[in-house]
Amino acid sequence: MCTVRGLTKTYPALRARRGAPAAPEVRATDGVELDVRRGEIFGLLGPNGAGKSTLVRQLTGLMRPDRGTVRILGHDIVAHPERAARILAYLGQESTALDELTVSLAAETTGRLRGLSLRQARAERDAVLDELGLAPIAGRPLKKLSGGQRRLACVAAALVGERPLLVLDEPTTGMDPVARRAVWAAVDRRRAERGTTVVLVTHNVIEAETVLDRVAVLDRGRVIACDTPSALKERVADEVRVELVWRERAPLEVPEVAALKERAVESGRRWTLRLAPEEARTAVATVTGGAAFAALDDFTLATPSLEDVYLALGGAARQGLVKG
Amino acid sequence: MSVVPADVLPGTTAVQDGDAGRPAVLGPSARLWPSLAAVYRSQLSRARVARIPLLFVATFQSVGIMIMMRGVVDGAGEARYVVAGASVVVVAHVALNLLAQYFGQLRAGGGLDHYATLPVPPAAVVLGAAAAYASFTVPGTLVTAVFGCVLFGLPLGNLWVLAAVIPLAGAALSGLGAVCGLLAPRPELATLLGQLGMSAALLLGVLPPDRMPGAVRLLRDLLPSTYGVEAYARTFAARPDWALVLADMAVCAGVGVVSLAVATRAYRRASVR
Repeated sequence: MCTVRGLTKTYPALRARRGAPAAPEVRATDGVELDVRRGEIFGLLGPNGAGKSTLVRQLTGLMRPDRGTVRILGHDIVAHPERAARILAYLGQESTALDELTVSLAAETTGRLRGLSLRQARAERDAVLDELGLAPIAGRPLKKLSGGQRRLACVAAALVGERPLLVLDEPTTGMDPVARRAVWAAVDRRRAERGTTVVLVTHNVIEAETVLDRVAVLDRGRVIACDTPSALKERVADEVRVELVWRERAPLEVPEVAALKERAVESGRRWTLRLAPEEARTAVATVTGGAAFAALDDFTLATPSLEDVYLALGGAARQGLVKG
Repeated sequence: MSVVPADVLPGTTAVQDGDAGRPAVLGPSARLWPSLAAVYRSQLSRARVARIPLLFVATFQSVGIMIMMRGVVDGAGEARYVVAGASVVVVAHVALNLLAQYFGQLRAGGGLDHYATLPVPPAAVVLGAAAAYASFTVPGTLVTAVFGCVLFGLPLGNLWVLAAVIPLAGAALSGLGAVCGLLAPRPELATLLGQLGMSAALLLGVLPPDRMPGAVRLLRDLLPSTYGVEAYARTFAARPDWALVLADMAVCAGVGVVSLAVATRAYRRASVR
């Protein structure tokens, strides 16, 4: 469906200007290799600056890579970037082009520009607005909507005019759970009925775990792992995450707590520890009994998430991925 | 979340998978005229949301200029230039200045990605936006022209010539505005270029040329809006020289064709980096 080989893009170094320091050359994507299969929801996960958006811009023909190839459904996108627009629908992070249009006209115009006739564009517009629950606000300009509603209207525009590949860059940012569910139901329906493939950029770990078939974890322009979310989590299955929240301060006079401090990532009253199951059990027993318990406000014990996978794989950003 | 395994999916997409090594059939691409009409219509609808900047500001500005100039001009000859100049300044403000800003912001804010990932001819995006901005100038130009004619006691009989002057001056100036907006590396520069162009059209268009020094007159002759002003100003004469009016409008048309062609190239360049 979509094959990426040796994709490399380097942004040139910036010279220092008044008010802006010099920036060294940045390798935004570094020899990226991917195989996206037909009909799957494929995720690109990574912290800010990992190269997700650069990679997506190269997949959609918006940016020429320095080296490497992108083939989608047998078409060479690096040599013929204009073909990308006839194979895929892209939802970028910005809505500048649609902001002053009404929801209805944004969807209709996008359909027209995707080659639909006026009648087809209107029929698809109505179907998609109904599907996403946007019909009641169809006559309002995107600019006047809340962030989540605006995002949903952009999703609607992306879905008008059928394409076998959807490239969605953080489609559900700012949406409430109802809107989120509508988006994934619409995507799933296209997948079931037409075998639509989805490439999804996200840094929402929870969403990644629930909707993705496979995920590539990106760090500093490289793919550091690529597998199903559960297979990735198995790699760190021997770890448990323990979170401790203290009432005021940690009772460091308790020797066991003082020993835990060395392994904890501290953030205010909150300690995060990644421990072997046996150690975790001991730690919980220590803090829930005896002197330490009086100082404890709350604690959680959790199996590893994709965030833990990212950290275990040597991801550079310590707190880069957003949870929840 | 999904309940559909990836390997049992039906193959009913518009673009079939190129599994046999052959590339898949591409989806449809939008043709020039329908997509131009769609872009034009969507741009035009923006006037409902951004009514004040797109429709009113330029008109108030031009009406204000004419009221200010009323105490300065003497004779019908100079009044012609004031009225024609103030009318064309509406076109310059919207088509050149605001369109340059619009494309500058669109480019900086990633808005061009939206169009660049749709199979639409670049000319449709540029011409559709330019045509819409030229259309935004129609009410303001008419109001300014009528108000000016009444204020200075000029004949209203040849006002119909605006039906040709607005689209042609609109094409020339919106073409230049689009070029500025799409070529400027930063949106502030696009705004600056648009403002400078508008200021030039204002200073060199409204003031009667007889009083200008030679170098300034040369500059005036280089500005495309001048030919719109000249064409309109000539029609106030008792017996207008229609050949010269036509020649002036031909210059506008020529500049329009060239600048819109350059803008289309600039769009293509700006949309794929």
